[in-house]
Amino acid sequence: MTDAAILSVPQAESLFRRNLRDFRRNRLAMASLIVILVFVVMAVAAPLIAPQDPNETDLLRRLQPPGWAPGGDWAYALGCDGLGRDILSRIIYGARISIFIGLAVIFLATGVGILAGLAAGYFRGWVDVVISRVVDILLGFPYLIFAIGLMAMMGPGLMNIVLALAYKEWVIPCRVVRGETLAVRELEYVEAARALGAGPRHIMWREILPNILSPVIVISTIRMANVIILEASLSFLGLGVQPPTASWGSMVSDGRAFILEAWWVSTFPGIAILLLVLAINVASQGLRDAFDPRFSE
Amino acid sequence: MSVLLEVTNLRTEFATRAGLVRAVDGVSLRVARGECLGVVGESGSGKSVTFSSVMGLVRSPGRVAAGTIHFDGRDLRGLAPEEMRAIRGRDIAMTMQDALTALNPALTVGEQMAEVMIAHDDTLPSARGARRSAIRDRSVEMLGLVGIPAPETRLRQYPHEFSGGMRQRIMIAIALTCRPQLLIADEPTTALDVTIQAQVLELISDIRARLGMSVVLITHDLGVVAEHCDRVMVMYAGQVVEEGPTDQVIGAPRHPYTRGLLASIPRPALRGQPIRPIVGQVPDLVGLPPQCRFHSRCPLARQGCLVQVPMLPAGPGRQARCLRLEEMS
Repeated sequence: MTDAAILSVPQAESLFRRNLRDFRRNRLAMASLIVILVFVVMAVAAPLIAPQDPNETDLLRRLQPPGWAPGGDWAYALGCDGLGRDILSRIIYGARISIFIGLAVIFLATGVGILAGLAAGYFRGWVDVVISRVVDILLGFPYLIFAIGLMAMMGPGLMNIVLALAYKEWVIPCRVVRGETLAVRELEYVEAARALGAGPRHIMWREILPNILSPVIVISTIRMANVIILEASLSFLGLGVQPPTASWGSMVSDGRAFILEAWWVSTFPGIAILLLVLAINVASQGLRDAFDPRFSE
Repeated sequence: MSVLLEVTNLRTEFATRAGLVRAVDGVSLRVARGECLGVVGESGSGKSVTFSSVMGLVRSPGRVAAGTIHFDGRDLRGLAPEEMRAIRGRDIAMTMQDALTALNPALTVGEQMAEVMIAHDDTLPSARGARRSAIRDRSVEMLGLVGIPAPETRLRQYPHEFSGGMRQRIMIAIALTCRPQLLIADEPTTALDVTIQAQVLELISDIRARLGMSVVLITHDLGVVAEHCDRVMVMYAGQVVEEGPTDQVIGAPRHPYTRGLLASIPRPALRGQPIRPIVGQVPDLVGLPPQCRFHSRCPLARQGCLVQVPMLPAGPGRQARCLRLEEMS
């Protein structure tokens, strides 16, 4: 073998790395990723960053306007709420709740969805019938009403919110995984693996799963934005995290009463929700463009 | 030579909406140790299904309805699924028709080779480091055997980084990793261009000689069979219509279908003359009457042919399913 032949061997580059490179080239997606990272840092380092104690009430500062408005104080940059708590600090702490619940629900739901979807798509038969019917039934319920019902039964609390949302959320990845599995299991390389003596477990985890992971990752990130909105909705309705813990949804709800005289109480947590959800949506679009082969050039 | 694979009266059926399709109907065959058997026939003649049945890979709505399959003295139809799984890949390996899609795009070539060894090879060292290097050494050796340059680098690459011919070689390398006694190559060259075809077939013949394994070569191409196979089996509409030593079958076919196949090959010597195709189409396999299946397309057909025709002796080691085989010589 000559040196030339060895030199002509192209550099090994995995599909994943190539996709990552595509993602990095997408400026809008990168900007969104930075926004998301800012929120994540806020959540993780909340005690270090927050200028005030988020739960300290001070009735003298009740409905104090933001720092730049007349009567404002820059130590309370985004103003104070009806109990005189610092809104900026509460937004920073609230990021913990939103991001934690978003991640927890998505991980739980994606895990369950992958297992159920693989089983349904690979084994077919009655396994598929049972799982698919459960999925259809769950899809028939309006999401928020379903979650409200569960929260009413289980009572409030962080873990209960996660469970209430995950109970229904798993059907989304499940349907994606099932559909992709049905397509992939008929492909030549799966048949080739069977011809080489592969068993069902090997085929599901090594042949099918790695090849359907991209759409699952993409759909999960898109859904995460949705889950964050749902958590905010539950908190807005008073079914979410209980006071005094700061949650963006309940902050928006708290400000409703003073929306005319103290607009900042509801507006800033609302903007926080908007920014995070928008950033996740744009970033997941970018992920989809980069990772889903159907959208790459 | 001793018999490695013996199939008798195999019948594989598919339950379709139109009715029961007998894709393989009463096929019997033998493969001796070290022998290369060519299997030819047009699309839908049951070549691939026959060997999928041997491998136990026929899936619902299809099923092996009757017949016996003996491999190396074991009855394959009587085995439990786990036992059959252990034989696939270790004792009998099969390469798929389309090399471009038969490798898992999400795993590196090295990973795919390693998995076959991990699944089947009990002689691998159990210590992690030793095991890893044993797998690596064998993978490098196999890629070298099929003529892939710089195997160490190539092991870390993904299938999309290889050309079609290379992927076919890799598939063969993976199939040969556990040194099977029988390699079933299902149209190993259809997806490849002509120069690569010759290389891949050469490679299979070469490895067969070196490892002493048996090969079943499924193909459309009688030219390929003529060059590489000891014996040939011609299939038509789910049945074997002619079977015998390659040079005899190709030199003096005893079934009008084989003759038709040979006549439809373009030849430089017959330049200017029209190619003579076999007129008509393969019959619908649903509800076939028990009579010669080729008679509707057969130039020699006559009234007496509308009966069930068994395989008839047509010389030493030869058989053909034709009542008029004597007249063909």
